[in-house]
Amino acid sequence: MKKIIGLLCLTFFAASTFAQDAEEIIMRVDNNLSAKSRIVESEMTVHGRRSSRTISSKSYTVGNEKSFTEYLSPAREKGTKMLKLDKEMWLYSPSTDRTIMISGHMLRQSVMGSDLSYEDMMEDRKLTDIYSASLIGEETIEGRVCYVVQLTAKVNDVAYETQKIWVDTGRFIPLKQELYAKSGQLLKRVVLSDVKQVSSRWYPMKMIYKDVLKDGKGTEWLITHIEFDKPIQDHIFSKASLKQ
Amino acid sequence: MLLFKTAIKNIFGAGRRTWLNVAVLSFTFVLMTAFNGLIDGWINDALTGSRTWETGAGQFWHPTYDRYDMFTLPDAHGKIPEDFAPYLADKSVTPVLVIQAAVYESGNMQNILLKGIEHTQQILSIPSNHLLPEDDLIPAVIGERMANTLHASQGDHLLIRWRDKNGAFDVREITIASIFSSSIATVDEGQIWLPLTKLQEMAGMQNEATYLVKSEKCTIAEDIKGWSYKDNDFLLQDLYTLMQSGRVESFIIFAILLTLALLAVFDTQMLSVFRRQKEIGTYVSLGMTPQQVTRMFTLEGTSYSLLGIVAGAIWGFPFLYWFRKTGIILPESYTEIGLGVHETMLPIYNPGTIMTSIVIILLLSVLISWIPSRKISKSNMVEALKGKIT
Repeated sequence: MKKIIGLLCLTFFAASTFAQDAEEIIMRVDNNLSAKSRIVESEMTVHGRRSSRTISSKSYTVGNEKSFTEYLSPAREKGTKMLKLDKEMWLYSPSTDRTIMISGHMLRQSVMGSDLSYEDMMEDRKLTDIYSASLIGEETIEGRVCYVVQLTAKVNDVAYETQKIWVDTGRFIPLKQELYAKSGQLLKRVVLSDVKQVSSRWYPMKMIYKDVLKDGKGTEWLITHIEFDKPIQDHIFSKASLKQ
Repeated sequence: MLLFKTAIKNIFGAGRRTWLNVAVLSFTFVLMTAFNGLIDGWINDALTGSRTWETGAGQFWHPTYDRYDMFTLPDAHGKIPEDFAPYLADKSVTPVLVIQAAVYESGNMQNILLKGIEHTQQILSIPSNHLLPEDDLIPAVIGERMANTLHASQGDHLLIRWRDKNGAFDVREITIASIFSSSIATVDEGQIWLPLTKLQEMAGMQNEATYLVKSEKCTIAEDIKGWSYKDNDFLLQDLYTLMQSGRVESFIIFAILLTLALLAVFDTQMLSVFRRQKEIGTYVSLGMTPQQVTRMFTLEGTSYSLLGIVAGAIWGFPFLYWFRKTGIILPESYTEIGLGVHETMLPIYNPGTIMTSIVIILLLSVLISWIPSRKISKSNMVEALKGKIT
């Protein structure tokens, strides 16, 4: 009997230690990925059925509430701007010289035909704020040993009920991410690579998003330049800046 | 009576010229009756179709629902007020829940609306009896247009993705239990009908609805606890506007055809006044006043229309009867528009419309006959006898 109780205690202790480890892992992931502010220059390549196109942009982000993006190329998209303030988002199109508000189901539409929705782009909450983590194993990706962490939503307003992330054991950066529906169906897969040290943190400079229910090669997102925790002037996050 | 008899005698005496005018007028009359019949037939089909497939005898909308504003949809759902309980029990009201979703077909994604409806409802013609939910299977019914878009057939399985009330993604497979054919596109294009209870469970919106459709049996015709009552005058407003524009088009065509036909009458009248000057002078010298001669000539012109209508009735009746039975078979592209147009468009002849056409033809022909004849009353009868009306 004592042996059984001892075994149960050991199992419970081991499980709680693993859970604690997993929480610590995603906290360290958050430390790498989250920042007070960010200025990102990136190129998004959308692979269509017949051809691919690349859209370059510059984004300014403060926390999870404010974000401003300006598309720099191609010529057709140049000057298009997006502003996100809390849960509201506006899109300015220079061709029509109009600003439209994007909300509700429109946030779930794909951004410029990519595998990312506006909502995916806007979602920037810390993993520790919305998920409980449990360590389910270790795997090697591209020669790097990774923790495999299962994330389960602990709040209601989350798009993906569960996630599985493969976290580099040395740099605490996810190298692969799988996003699941409530039914357990895999919805999206994200492959992160080209991890570089930026200031005091590691950051993946290349991400490939793939909606697994759709055909196609997915969407590549390449960060060409990134700065963390730089002061950003407040006027950038105003509707007036959309038309400037 | 003498004038009328003389006028009839004269136009019969004119031979081919008369019959040509009569033929043109009768053709116009029959053609317009057929065309107006088609418009009336389409209006009838569209209104009946909309009521039986979509609007019922009226709807109650959730306070935030606006069918023209998709932004309202994520919040347009709520518990059905208790006041509707007796009507829900006797099935004179049926709830519909609408949520946004995406359907995947052969690797392609399409944004759609999922509509939940009770499988026992009989207010709308949606074949909801196929929507009896089973444990592992989500049955769905779709319209032919949606089936074409998705390349789906009965028994096919499709993957749908939606978000529950908290915004969490979920994915399930549905089975196409039935494909219906409806002339109303707004119950077909871009939407999939599911069992109401299943959709409520999938979305985490138990006992909630977006709108309620009522039958004639339901006597409520006012807002209930913020759920606003929309009668068919409101719900079919777009259709009424479209029909009005259809009527305007029909009137324009009628006006063009009638103008051409009456031009022939006008031409004949002008020629008559010019060529029959001595005859006019003779009538006056025999005791008729110039006004009586004018009236006789006007009567002659009007008689063309009368004869045209009679001739139209003689040959048009069997033609219009045959046309009523066969109608016009429309190309697929027309029925796909979904404005209540069936594959075969059958005309409906409205006695009121026919009478209006007759009155318009007669009044205009009186006017068109009188204009060239009026100079008779102003002319010098001595000159007329010499054949010199100026």
